Amino acid sequence: MSGEALDPTTAPKFQVAAKTLLGDSQLRKNVRHATKVIQAKRARVVAEMPDWQDLREAGQQIRQHTMRHLDFYLTEFERNCTAAGGVVHWAKDAEDARQIVVGLVKASGANGQSPTEVIKIKSMTTEEIQLNKALEAAGIHAYETDLAELIIQLGHDQPSHIVVPALHKNRAQIREIFRREMKLPGVDFSELGGTPQDLADAARKFLREKFLRVKTAVSGANFLVAETGSVCIVESEGNGRMCLTLPDTLISVAGIDKVVPTYQDLEVMFQLLPRSATGERMNPYNSIWTGVDKSSSGGDGPRTFHVVLMDNARTEILADVESRQTLHCIRCGACQNSCPVYQQTGGHAYGSVYAGPIGAILTPQLMEMHHAQSLPYASSLCGACYEVCPVKINIPEVLIHLRNKVVKQQSSGLNILVNPEVLALKAVAKVFQSETVFRAAQKIGRLAELPLGHKDGQGEAWIDWLPGMLGGWTQVRDLHVMPKQTFRQWFEARGKSAAGRRARDMAGDGTAIHAGGRAADAVEKGAGDGR
Amino acid sequence: MRVSLFITCYNDTLFPDTGKAVVRVLERLGHTVDFPAGQTCCGQMHWNTGYQEEALPLLSRFVEQFKGSEAVVSPSTSCVAMMRDHYPLMAERLKDEKLKTEVAKLLPKVWEFSEFLTQKLGLEDVGAYYPHRVTYHASCHGLRSLHIGDGPMRLLRAVRGIDLVEIENLEQCCGFGGTFAIKNAEVSSAMLSEKVRGVLNTRAEAVTGCDNSCLMHIGGALHRQRTGVKPIHLAEILASEEGGER
Repeated sequence: MSGEALDPTTAPKFQVAAKTLLGDSQLRKNVRHATKVIQAKRARVVAEMPDWQDLREAGQQIRQHTMRHLDFYLTEFERNCTAAGGVVHWAKDAEDARQIVVGLVKASGANGQSPTEVIKIKSMTTEEIQLNKALEAAGIHAYETDLAELIIQLGHDQPSHIVVPALHKNRAQIREIFRREMKLPGVDFSELGGTPQDLADAARKFLREKFLRVKTAVSGANFLVAETGSVCIVESEGNGRMCLTLPDTLISVAGIDKVVPTYQDLEVMFQLLPRSATGERMNPYNSIWTGVDKSSSGGDGPRTFHVVLMDNARTEILADVESRQTLHCIRCGACQNSCPVYQQTGGHAYGSVYAGPIGAILTPQLMEMHHAQSLPYASSLCGACYEVCPVKINIPEVLIHLRNKVVKQQSSGLNILVNPEVLALKAVAKVFQSETVFRAAQKIGRLAELPLGHKDGQGEAWIDWLPGMLGGWTQVRDLHVMPKQTFRQWFEARGKSAAGRRARDMAGDGTAIHAGGRAADAVEKGAGDGR
Repeated sequence: MRVSLFITCYNDTLFPDTGKAVVRVLERLGHTVDFPAGQTCCGQMHWNTGYQEEALPLLSRFVEQFKGSEAVVSPSTSCVAMMRDHYPLMAERLKDEKLKTEVAKLLPKVWEFSEFLTQKLGLEDVGAYYPHRVTYHASCHGLRSLHIGDGPMRLLRAVRGIDLVEIENLEQCCGFGGTFAIKNAEVSSAMLSEKVRGVLNTRAEAVTGCDNSCLMHIGGALHRQRTGVKPIHLAEILASEEGGER
């Protein structure tokens, strides 16, 4: 994968990207291994919770309630955060957010000098808006400090998972990236060993130097607490905690969907999130901070703290009653790990930093349905995602709803003329609206496929090639030809012979019972021969 | 009991043997089966592919055909899931109060075939004989939408002569997904190859399930690869008797 950012406005269709990735057996092996490991860990820690379903229900209700009153809770957050010494900024879209953050970073330097570096905590929201690129363009280099994000950054790669962004890389590959790309004065990484300890040591050396030197940090947020104006980040490594406590300036970028009403709501989220995300009972590091410490001069934490509240199409999603539950997502990634489609392709096929089932519903909506229309179809609707979602987002339902939006786009105006699928499905729909037409279509179908069937060794006819878009089926599968007799024809013939039998029974002709029985059997046999 | 059979459009056209087997099992158990002739399709393919407006008229058709039924039985987990999961919403969309009431009255009487046997009739042993090595494929809609759980397995365990062997990753999707198999043929194939490997690892002679759409997909690959393993709907196993043709 090249260093090009995952951008839904330019990404190829899911089908096309998936085809390429399916050819990368190393990547598929890595993705399969990692998703299986996390799935098993999750299953273990979820099974030990007797009230897991109640927790999911509580999570869903908190999210639902918050979304219903989002305007209220956002302004409450702004008020309380400001009172605690934070500065709240509102960004209507990605461009707006990028400009605000770049401006704040520039202003954060000592003596009016713009810093040339920032340290960053892993944040999907900043990935969503391609913030690093914007910072780079302004002469500011962003160091990713999350281990996985660091691997991605040094490898000129892109995140493939919302919790474990480098899940598609194995340890040997990571070692190679570190050996090749890690540069630090006075340290030689070229002889780096391959154990987890070696890799962690190298990352620690590399990152500590940044933590101690760089004075401005950029983060995302897992939750915003309206009641207190607090911001919360959960993580596993402690590198986030370094970024939150050491720099003088902290800038946190959060989607407006990240708010929860009260501090106590975190009680539910802190149980749901780690178990779903990494299969841990608790996150190793749960940081919650409220404004800045004004009381002492030498205390922990930043002297200046900004929150950028970003909309970027979230209000539009909220306006759609049937898909607004997309905003309930707490970014645990459980749906990705459980998804049999994601397990095959990994995340890059989705052409967005949000991959997997949640990406398939979130990305097209963030694009306001102008891009990423292939994503709602990147699912077999198996429902595994819904089953594991900690806040009970019915992803299959939303996928179907978005498919409807895509079909409406494809059927509007002249679009319909260039889309054989739309024409075919609309025609088939008419067929089902009349029993007579349906019967005729069954007959025509049988005639149409007649030249395509070939007898196999058992004398049964199968089709091994189909034209046009149906050809996807016969790439790896055969299709049994239609039997000569449909079920309804059999049932009717049977009914007739049974009726005859009953009539004869009434007339007292005992032998007719057997005759009638044989007739029904014969009909049955005839149908059997058709197969 | 008088049972109305909703055969579903693809079983009617492609898998009539499954319908015959359902009739045979239910009649053997002493029930009467009728077949409302005006039935066509539940609307699943259209609804799930995004053609919701096209699916809507099929709701009224279904209700019209089956509203007088004592029980409706259908040998397809995904079609029954379609009805349970979406018919109430479809009635809502149509803003038809009468239809809404009828749907609410009718849906509790609609049963997937195995569910009807295990839950409505409380049966496990239906007197079947099938002396073959068989593995069971749990279709996603049966598992996660209808929650039929191990019902089909219990029915199978009671079959005389059967050598039932469980497949690895039972709950993993086979990759069919309706139009997904066509629109995302490559990913579907990749998922399918895992399922096929699972089936072959059981060394079963036949793979069974409660949804012929998954079985058509798995069976299509089993045939292409000349494995000799045969897909067979659960109803057809349950219809087999000692001394019968199978």
